[in-house]
Amino acid sequence: MKVELRGIHKYFGQNHANDDINLTIPSGTIQGILGENGAGKSTLMKILSGFIHADAGEILLDGRPVRIESPATAIHDGIGMLHQDPLDFPPMRLLDNFLLGLPGNLFPNRKEAAQDFGLLTKEFGFSLDPQSYVDSLTVGERQQLEIMRLLFLGARVFIFDEPTTGISAAQKAKLFETLKKFPEQAITVIFVSHKLEDVESLCDRVAVLRQGKLIGEMALAPDANADEKPFDAKKLVELMFGREVSLGTKQAARQDRCALSLNHVSIEDARLKIQDVNFETHAGEVIGLAGMEGSGQDLFLRACAGLIRAVGGRIKVNSLDLTGKSYHAYKKNGVEFLPAARLEQALVPGLSLTEHFVLAEKQTGVFIDRERGRALAEERIKAFNIKGAPLNAVESLSGGNQQRTLLSLLRDPLSLILVEHPTRGLDIESVIYIWGKLRERCRQGAAIMFMSSDLDEVLQYSDRVLVFFNGRVSQPLDADKTSVKQLGELIGGIGWS
Amino acid sequence: MKNITLNRFGFQIVALLLVLIITTLILLSVGAQPLQIYKDMLTGSVGSVKKISDVLVSWVPLLLVTAGLLITFAAGLWNIGVEGQVTLGAIGTTMLLRSLQDSGMNPALILGLSILAGMVSGALWAALAGALKTFGGVNEIFGGLGLNFVATALTIFLIFGPWKRPGTGSMSGTEPFAEPLHLTLFENLRLSPWALAVAIVGIVFVYFLLQGTYFGLRLKAVGKNFRAAYLLGIPTWQYMLFSFLLCGALAGAAGALQVTGVYYRLIPAISSGYGYLGLMVAMLINYQAIWAAPIAFFFAALNIGSIQLPILHKLDSSLSGVLQGMLVLFVLLAEGVRQRLTPRT
Repeated sequence: MKVELRGIHKYFGQNHANDDINLTIPSGTIQGILGENGAGKSTLMKILSGFIHADAGEILLDGRPVRIESPATAIHDGIGMLHQDPLDFPPMRLLDNFLLGLPGNLFPNRKEAAQDFGLLTKEFGFSLDPQSYVDSLTVGERQQLEIMRLLFLGARVFIFDEPTTGISAAQKAKLFETLKKFPEQAITVIFVSHKLEDVESLCDRVAVLRQGKLIGEMALAPDANADEKPFDAKKLVELMFGREVSLGTKQAARQDRCALSLNHVSIEDARLKIQDVNFETHAGEVIGLAGMEGSGQDLFLRACAGLIRAVGGRIKVNSLDLTGKSYHAYKKNGVEFLPAARLEQALVPGLSLTEHFVLAEKQTGVFIDRERGRALAEERIKAFNIKGAPLNAVESLSGGNQQRTLLSLLRDPLSLILVEHPTRGLDIESVIYIWGKLRERCRQGAAIMFMSSDLDEVLQYSDRVLVFFNGRVSQPLDADKTSVKQLGELIGGIGWS
Repeated sequence: MKNITLNRFGFQIVALLLVLIITTLILLSVGAQPLQIYKDMLTGSVGSVKKISDVLVSWVPLLLVTAGLLITFAAGLWNIGVEGQVTLGAIGTTMLLRSLQDSGMNPALILGLSILAGMVSGALWAALAGALKTFGGVNEIFGGLGLNFVATALTIFLIFGPWKRPGTGSMSGTEPFAEPLHLTLFENLRLSPWALAVAIVGIVFVYFLLQGTYFGLRLKAVGKNFRAAYLLGIPTWQYMLFSFLLCGALAGAAGALQVTGVYYRLIPAISSGYGYLGLMVAMLINYQAIWAAPIAFFFAALNIGSIQLPILHKLDSSLSGVLQGMLVLFVLLAEGVRQRLTPRT
């Protein structure tokens, strides 16, 4: 099925998430979609699969304009999406999952469905037992189930969102083998990924998104139009990360005191394993963590704050062994964690600025001194240039002012500040302001470790950089001697021994 | 800001009118005379000092339960188990009264201790729901509901088993306590000044706790954003558990006062649904402690006013429940509609 996207626009508030996207995907091709986080890939795919609606533009399937109202109408029109987290029902049998979403019948015909199930597994060489339960499957097998279900529902266009995250190499090979059979049946595959090698080995064509715009297209298959260039990883990295970098002057605030030391630390969650990390950071130093979302940097940062427990190794803050302690123990020893989801995880919607300052301060007596709280709020609002009044609820502030508020809640003195995306979604004025405040903290002796998907930010503000790829952690790179291109390649999985 | 308040007030008035209109329609549909009924309910609740004092007898447990629930609601918890906490308060009080009634101790001391025992029992019962939530991952609504059934069963068991009246157990409850173990009442009224005092102290305590203390502010932070509260350094689960304890103690006090100041014994339906009614009051006042006293009084007045209905109009007294339920529904509905109609900035 041929898919055409014409003039797609999508705004989220001020944010232009999709800016005039025009993309034609011929029937029976495997189309890769590349882009860094926040480039607009997911938004575009959600529009195509009916989860959200475009503000402008149209979608044509086989030349026929369609209105995709919901995921149900999308599948009716032949578009099926496999999400990064499989949308299935673990406590149910495979067969029941397979039947879900099937239109009509009050009483599903299980026998017939079981036959179809058998035929499909044979066709693709999957070994799935329709009577077993989904929670006994691996992520890879759940993907297989989802593929079969969507095929059974009549999908002619498959959207895969980062399907190779969290599955084994063998399952990945199996998945690619399956996907390569799709073009024969004129089924179109849209493959969203940040892994260049996956795109290279699978896709016929690739489109790159950056900051909501479609920035370039490239044909990878040999039989494609001659005037389009063959696969060029370097070119793709350049397209994905764009701009020339202007490195600002570094400040050398590094002191001899070791702020954080990791000794053979291993961290795990359901998807990723980070193994045997040895790393030290000094007071006054800024460490940037680079990598595509979900490559392990988020786990790493949270483990350094005691928010998740490392499965092995020892973590010391200021030479004090805090292995296995809770975040509150870390906090007592001068560690602060600033999450990216400000309103969801860091601030309390419904409470005012004053109440936040009172909460963050040391308690004095049982009753709150309102006058003192007010004075405190006024002082901080002035010091941090927050546009808001003491009694304003935090959720009424803009993102930049929320981030300033968060910084103004930090206590003195601190030994380690861990920040997720310090400037995501902020205007340039706020970015400069926030980094000014963070650097001030460095001069006062705090070490800062931050993750960001903005490579310029990583290189500009870090002294050293750690790159994460699929749970692997690079050796610390000297930020002054690393280029955006090198960093981009490492993030995409190129150049790892 | 002023506009928003005014706007909200307007929607509430509309909600009230709707409740009145629908109630009137219901009454008309069964062939009753609405105006006469409203008038009788009014005189039946606030028509005389005696009636008002009867309303206050009902107001005391309702206000205590509401006060307790304001604490758990502040922590973001739906303490449905409050009903059982009232019951356990009554059981704890009865237990202590039974074991000390023949001890020869000063009756005032016995009364004080047994009310305290009721508060402790209520608090422990609430802590059970809290522990199930924080350590067992059982939602407090399910845990509380289950514990309510257990509390009722326990009451019945005690009344017909170990604590049964000499001879045979009966639904009328345990053997009444002797006169000295009753709370003193106002002359010629059913109302005890002590019970009234406990209720007022309870709501004032909760008001200041939530408005002016660090504890209250932290509790609100936990209730509004659990994760952020944790990052701000608040020991979240301890605060949740503590809010359960406080609510349970207040609910337990309500149960204790039912035993010592109203029934003078343990009866099967000792909590009389005050727990659930308290949930409605708390929702109706949008969890603002300052409104608890008047709205609880209004609900209590509806309860007392409707007692006359079966005698005067051959109508069931459940009309008050219909009114209360509709009131909560329509006020919440009006607020929902208002938020939907207000353009977001």
